[in-house]
Amino acid sequence: MDQIRHKVAIVGAAETDDLGQLPHMSRLALHAQSARNALDDAGISLADVDGLLCAGAIPNEVAEYLGIQPRYIDGTSVGGCSFMIHVRHAVAAIMAGYCDVALVTHGESGRSGVDAPRGGSASSPGGQYEAPFAIGGAPTTFSIPVLRHFHEYGTTKEHLAHIAAATRAWANLNPMAMMGSHRRAPERGGGPITPQDVLNSRMICYPFNLLDCCVVADGGGALVLVSEERAKDYAKDPVYVLGAGEAAAHWMVSQMRDHTTADGYRIAGEAAYKSAGLGPQDIDHCMFYDAFTFTPLMAAEDLGFVPKGEGGPFFAETRTGPDGEVIYKSGPGGDFPMNTNGGGLSYCHTGMYGMFAIIESVRQLRGECGDRQVPDVNVSMAHGPGGMFASAGTLILANA
Amino acid sequence: MADYAGRLPVATPESQPYWDGLKEHKLMLPTCDDCGPHFYPRPFCPMPDCFNWDIKWTQASGKGKVHTFVISHQPIPPYNSEDNAPPYVIAVIELEEGPRMMSNLIIDDPYQTTVDMDVEIVFDDVTDEVTLPKFKPV
Repeated sequence: MDQIRHKVAIVGAAETDDLGQLPHMSRLALHAQSARNALDDAGISLADVDGLLCAGAIPNEVAEYLGIQPRYIDGTSVGGCSFMIHVRHAVAAIMAGYCDVALVTHGESGRSGVDAPRGGSASSPGGQYEAPFAIGGAPTTFSIPVLRHFHEYGTTKEHLAHIAAATRAWANLNPMAMMGSHRRAPERGGGPITPQDVLNSRMICYPFNLLDCCVVADGGGALVLVSEERAKDYAKDPVYVLGAGEAAAHWMVSQMRDHTTADGYRIAGEAAYKSAGLGPQDIDHCMFYDAFTFTPLMAAEDLGFVPKGEGGPFFAETRTGPDGEVIYKSGPGGDFPMNTNGGGLSYCHTGMYGMFAIIESVRQLRGECGDRQVPDVNVSMAHGPGGMFASAGTLILANA
Repeated sequence: MADYAGRLPVATPESQPYWDGLKEHKLMLPTCDDCGPHFYPRPFCPMPDCFNWDIKWTQASGKGKVHTFVISHQPIPPYNSEDNAPPYVIAVIELEEGPRMMSNLIIDDPYQTTVDMDVEIVFDDVTDEVTLPKFKPV
């Protein structure tokens, strides 16, 4: 294990007041409201913040908007895992004395598009070598590796459909989840779904049907981090960073070295395990970024929870509960609790979902999750890709 | 052709020979004497232990295989009109020479596409200025 273990803690974590369709809020207002809620969660003032990390915005934009002048900034913006990477960078910055209180913010008007930047340059590599082939955002590009995985390992759409059903079962226990039974009526697609419902849903981009895809939402979230020495001075129990990793593997999905393995996942995961002095067997709870059903399957394999190629049968395993209900491997009551907020698939996905994965890890470790609380969570992993398996960030968090 | 609806690439000085080659219906690849051709065009060899800046352009055979693919059902230009409607295939082609590139597969029934299917290049002159490299089953 290396020197970062247990040196810095997350003492505040929160989303915006609401998630979903928020046309009355701009990108920067979502950053600011997330910041307020995370600072309130920590019981700390904006005036105490001297480090600012954000994605989807230049740190100066957010600093000016909030009216602060931080002495440490990081604008790493490499997609959905940017916030895992921010946490890793905040650990280093706090240990180096570059800042004392680090605020990480996310805000994205992913559905309503209020000040949402779109599209890249037609002269960029993506503009020249991918966009002309009628690429239409993540459903047509995050899907690219999947059929190669099917071909090499016999993974099937039925396997993937179990991940969607399991994740929806968690959403039904989370009052904030967009597709959960608390917020969305069955006639509008909310509430329980079966693997067969996933296969019967509208085809978006083969091999992904509608229910293989995440929701599209407006929202934000934020985190507050301080050194371990100060961590007990705040409102809630601290959540310590035990290990962290990051990587940049490629940018365009066509240039992914091996479409059946996310190199970035392996590099980031190995660094996280090494710094924590832990392995997959020590993790009680996983938040694996799920832009699509296939995304967390790749994480389970490349982070060592299941051998390469065996993720499909692993997630498709079910058993029958005491009342005759189906218990999914990664669902409530299953022995691999994953994406317990309802995931990007059924809770919320703004475009850069990683922030929400970290927030759920923090809440599970604090024991704040009510009906969806997993028993005995002491070590949680929050992991995600940025772009189409292009970058990666991994965190191992613990409550002691 | 003037009203082509799809997105068009804009060359940089480094990629201009690639797009000029396509206009002449040639698939030109930047090539390192030691490591062979690469994709996409860069003015050096992108092998970290080589990083040689002496690059020549060589013509590829235009033959390859479908490495992986998807079938998009989204009406994304130019696949957004009655006579050019989805579904359509977006594929990563592994060229005979080794490099992989994204493209479209021109095939009557997209669901007949298979991984490792043999394909060959089709030069699609989408405008007077731009030719896109697409592929069809052999």
